[in-house]
Amino acid sequence: MSPHTAPDGGHKEPNYWAVIITLTILTAVEIGVIKLPLAKFSIGVLLVGFALTKAILVAVYFMHLKFEKKTLAIIAATPLILCTLLMFALLPDSNPKVNLRTAPAPAAQGQEHR
Amino acid sequence: MSHSAVMDPSHHGVEPAESPVTPENWGKLGMWVFLAADAMSFGGLLAGYGALRYYSHDWPNPAGTLGIALTAFMTFLLIVSSFTMVQALSAFRRGNVARAKMFLLATAAGGAAFLGMQAYEWTHLMHEGLTLTGNPFGNPLFGTTFFVLTGFHGCHVLAGVLYLLYTTMKAGRGWGYGEIEITGLYWHFVDLIWILVFTFVYLL
Repeated sequence: MSPHTAPDGGHKEPNYWAVIITLTILTAVEIGVIKLPLAKFSIGVLLVGFALTKAILVAVYFMHLKFEKKTLAIIAATPLILCTLLMFALLPDSNPKVNLRTAPAPAAQGQEHR
Repeated sequence: MSHSAVMDPSHHGVEPAESPVTPENWGKLGMWVFLAADAMSFGGLLAGYGALRYYSHDWPNPAGTLGIALTAFMTFLLIVSSFTMVQALSAFRRGNVARAKMFLLATAAGGAAFLGMQAYEWTHLMHEGLTLTGNPFGNPLFGTTFFVLTGFHGCHVLAGVLYLLYTTMKAGRGWGYGEIEITGLYWHFVDLIWILVFTFVYLL
């Protein structure tokens, strides 16, 4: 093996042209979707779906995850799962109905009476 | 490729891995672990952005406020730079170091152009009154989250451009396929994150 050959078992190169064309088309479709007369929720679901598809394409083909051992796929999937959970975990925090910070602290109340 | 070639560090400077569940070198594993940790940083920022925005009644429409024509082109630019990165790796794999260096420089140029466009966008928005603490179009947290998220990503792009230039310098002079692939992993990650930032911050 020369120093310049791939040390990864020499997997076949994916069709990078197909990947870049798909990514470009998906980006154009995303921009088109926001102008569609659909409910905000539906547009949101479509946009997140397209973004995740694009991110997966980059990881699988450009980052060669398709040709790697499963360990790397598990490492790559971990932040995606944790961040999805984090997103839902944080939602109640931003709800003004359950925002405990709106109640003044006891020390501040005391200062108001003075 | 023979087992001895994989285990011989003289073939590429990155120390080869020994376990059957790890990739062929520790450098690649190390980069993936770093990228996973870095993805958590971006995930935390995006989750915080979502939480702040979800119940806000005066959050401006991002597409209307920020404008998406320029950023759509910036997205395309990063996608193209990812393509030139894989072409660099492909050229190096075939033993064409000069061509690999040309594609590495093209990738770095794509990143530098992205940064220039981001600087232009920021300047334009700041002239309109959008700052880290202020937003004339509604909720001031819109400005905070916008500048923190795009700024954090911009720092990654800057680091990526410098990393690419260093890789160009070292390619064929001690650095082999393994090191260039690791540089590529970082660059593709920067592209991947922008794909998400573009959707969440500019389109949703």
